[in-house]
Amino acid sequence: MFDNLTKRLSDSFKSLQGKSKLSEENVRDAIREVRRALLEADVAIDVIKVFLEQVQKEAIGLKVREGLNPSQEFIKLVESELTKVIGSTNESLQLNTQPPAVVMVAGLQGAGKTTSVAKLALYLKEREKKKVLMVSADVYRPAAIEQLRVLSEQVGVDFFASTINQSPERIVQEAKSYAQKQFYDVLLIDTAGRLHVDEQMMSEIKVLQRTAKPIETLFVVDSMTGQDAAHTAKSFADALPLTGVILTKTDGDARGGAALSVRHITGKPIKFLGVGEKVDELEPFHPDRIVSRLLGMGDVLSLVEEISRKVDHKKAQQSAKKMAKGQFDLSDMRDQLLQMEQMGGMESLMGKLPGMGQIPDSVKNQILGGAQTKQMVAIINSMTTKERTHIKLIKGSRKSRIANGSGTNVQAVNKLLKQFEKMQKQMKKMGGSKMKKMMAQMNQMQESGQSPAGMPDLSKITNGLSGNGGGNKFPF
Amino acid sequence: MFNLFKKNTTTDNNSGLEQTTSLKEKLSKSRQSLGNGLSSLLLGKKEISEELLEELETILISADIGIQTTDKVLESVRQNASRKTLKDSEGLYSFLKSELNKLLVEDTALDVGSEETFVILVVGVNGAGKTTTIGKMAKSFQNDGSSVMLAAGDTFRAAAVEQLKVWGDRNGIPVVSQSSGADSASVIYDAYESAKAKNIDILIADTAGRLHTQGNLMRELEKIKKVLKKINNNLPQETMLVIDGGSGQNAINQAKEFHKAINLTSLSVTKLDGTAKGGVIFAISDELNLPIRYIGVGEGLNDLRNFIPSEFTEALFD
Ligand SMILES: Nc1nc2c(ncn2[C@@H]2O[C@H](COP(=O)(O)OP(=O)(O)OP(=O)(O)O)[C@@H](O)[C@H]2O)c(=O)[nH]1
Ligand SMILES: Nc1nc2c(ncn2[C@@H]2O[C@H](COP(=O)(O)OP(=O)(O)OP(=O)(O)O)[C@@H](O)[C@H]2O)c(=O)[nH]1
Ligand SMILES: [Mg+2]
Ligand SMILES: [Mg+2]
Repeated sequence: MFDNLTKRLSDSFKSLQGKSKLSEENVRDAIREVRRALLEADVAIDVIKVFLEQVQKEAIGLKVREGLNPSQEFIKLVESELTKVIGSTNESLQLNTQPPAVVMVAGLQGAGKTTSVAKLALYLKEREKKKVLMVSADVYRPAAIEQLRVLSEQVGVDFFASTINQSPERIVQEAKSYAQKQFYDVLLIDTAGRLHVDEQMMSEIKVLQRTAKPIETLFVVDSMTGQDAAHTAKSFADALPLTGVILTKTDGDARGGAALSVRHITGKPIKFLGVGEKVDELEPFHPDRIVSRLLGMGDVLSLVEEISRKVDHKKAQQSAKKMAKGQFDLSDMRDQLLQMEQMGGMESLMGKLPGMGQIPDSVKNQILGGAQTKQMVAIINSMTTKERTHIKLIKGSRKSRIANGSGTNVQAVNKLLKQFEKMQKQMKKMGGSKMKKMMAQMNQMQESGQSPAGMPDLSKITNGLSGNGGGNKFPF
Repeated sequence: MFNLFKKNTTTDNNSGLEQTTSLKEKLSKSRQSLGNGLSSLLLGKKEISEELLEELETILISADIGIQTTDKVLESVRQNASRKTLKDSEGLYSFLKSELNKLLVEDTALDVGSEETFVILVVGVNGAGKTTTIGKMAKSFQNDGSSVMLAAGDTFRAAAVEQLKVWGDRNGIPVVSQSSGADSASVIYDAYESAKAKNIDILIADTAGRLHTQGNLMRELEKIKKVLKKINNNLPQETMLVIDGGSGQNAINQAKEFHKAINLTSLSVTKLDGTAKGGVIFAISDELNLPIRYIGVGEGLNDLRNFIPSEFTEALFD
């Protein structure tokens, strides 16, 4: 169900192994994969087109940096371009004006405006210690005013009562002058949901905007919206001087292409995410989270960060050196295993990868090859130093001694030895030049103190451990 | 001056769900963007080239038909083109219509029977249009001469009960409710008992909006169903998922998950009076083989239409 763009990208870049530059020809497939990922995420097709033209332009001639492979280099480019469009920082509300600062919401029916107004009220009251008043100018939807009133009680914020017999314009006027007289810091205005093609309702909201003169006019959009998000956003942005966007219902599993469409078309920052129905479920916008979701990459990005934070760089470097010299032994394997455990073990790492949550445990165990880190470490610990470097010594009686010492059995010892041999083979295959590259990377890593470059060697190790050469568990 | 009751005065037409002309009118916006693209694309006798297919892809994707279904349709165009059963762009239009139509369930009519109280349980994600669709359905059943009762099963959202009560008042029909925070299953159970006692023909139960990813809330729906089944195993006779016509491919997940949890019997699609085209229902219908009963084309009492597959597809392309 989850499509792992990263995996598909590395597939489409397979032919590129060893190339050091991206060219028009070799990015074509990769661009196609990204396009597909964005289409699956419901990004508006026109927006995708413009976006990919930009990516293509940047990609051609791009040098593949030391320590990265072409698919990594490309995905980094895509990420950074996406982040550029979507906004790299989170912008909060700009309320610097003579009070009351008016904040108005606008959007389609059912997008989450009323709920978001209540959430904003709570946010401004609690986090910014503002004196807040809220009012509903929705005289159409049944019980809309009552809905906001109930919510105002839930968040403990003052409510300016209105009725369906008043005109929205008058409601807004009266609420604003009341807010002025009563020295409210902020007036939040909820408006009726409306279709962007409903001329009458669109001119109504223009009048409301001119009457209330909001300093923030927020477009509220449902993250499950499809291609239509682009049309809608365009019309609302044309009608109103929008200052930002609230993306709602992001607590579901929608890939949220609407975020990119709306952001691209309005040029306005996404300021908040709705992350649940409850009034405290509002979060400042995190661009990175949306970016990885758009690409269908789950938490890969934060996983990479975490791994590079936790890897013991010195040990990793030593292992790499030994590998390069073909001296990688069982002690090194143990170090790798311990490091992996330190990071929370394979299972927790796997949990962060896209789609992994969906996989049943039985399958997961198969992928892991039943590799129980603790047991493996215990086995290696029961060996003599000599045995760890001279694996050939480990025969009959030694095997049973090690099995006894580690509280395991001979089969387990055999299995570990097999896995170790597999790893060694893999390292040989990687060859000398690649090893040197990896070492350069390790050095780099030490200098900067953090870099996702810790990944490649680990992934090789886990390939060895998995016993079935899965190989895609670590996409980077 | 604005007409304060603009949305209420769209109810001037009394004949309920019968006017197909009005459907066309209401869908005209969808038709324009999709149709215009298509007719200009297919103008003149053109070879079915990769460029043409690419443009076709854009049109289908723009209608939210989704990448997978689009691939499927295009693949079949390609195959037929290479087998020469489809020679040029002229035949493409009717071919596309029939391909898309194949994905929809032909028979969409809801038979509410006449023997016992017919229960319609309405579910869906937040803000999809459940409560509004219930209000409109109630009116249309009334028009057909049935007696209707509503159950305020959304005990969670602020003023959800009040909202349903307004719809009850508009239709002059009873709404069974308890206080906010009450157990949804028990509200619906009570409503059923009351409807049966009063010989009501149709009971429509509203439920709180919930995302299909929220396990505990999905279990609440299972409980509602279980409670009804305890009374009579064939209850509820209809379990309808309401889908926002503006939604993208996430609606496919929605439908799958709701279906998995409580076995849907039908779908309805709302908000098709805008520019959204609701193309995602092709994928859903294809996957789950569920009929689409109604489409919502506005916020007024009469803004509900029977879903007629050929007409819907046609309206997309006209
Ligand atoms: N899961 C989830 N539900 C949300 C979120 N924001 C709003 N909702 C729900 O979405 C539904 C619609 O929200 P409203 O606030 O009534 O939407 P609205 O835009 O005011 O609707 P209209 O006034 O009818 O146009 C309600 O059921 C809300 O509880 C969110 O971030 N997550
Ligand atoms: N334009 C238009 N608006 C609609 C249609 N159906 C519903 N709406 C509007 O969409 C908004 C949400 O509708 P509701 O019926 O409250 O949706 P719901 O699914 O019950 O929402 P929750 O109970 O909060 O999950 C309201 O403003 C409705 O007036 C439709 O067919 N067209
Ligand atoms: Mg509202
Ligand atoms: Mg409702």
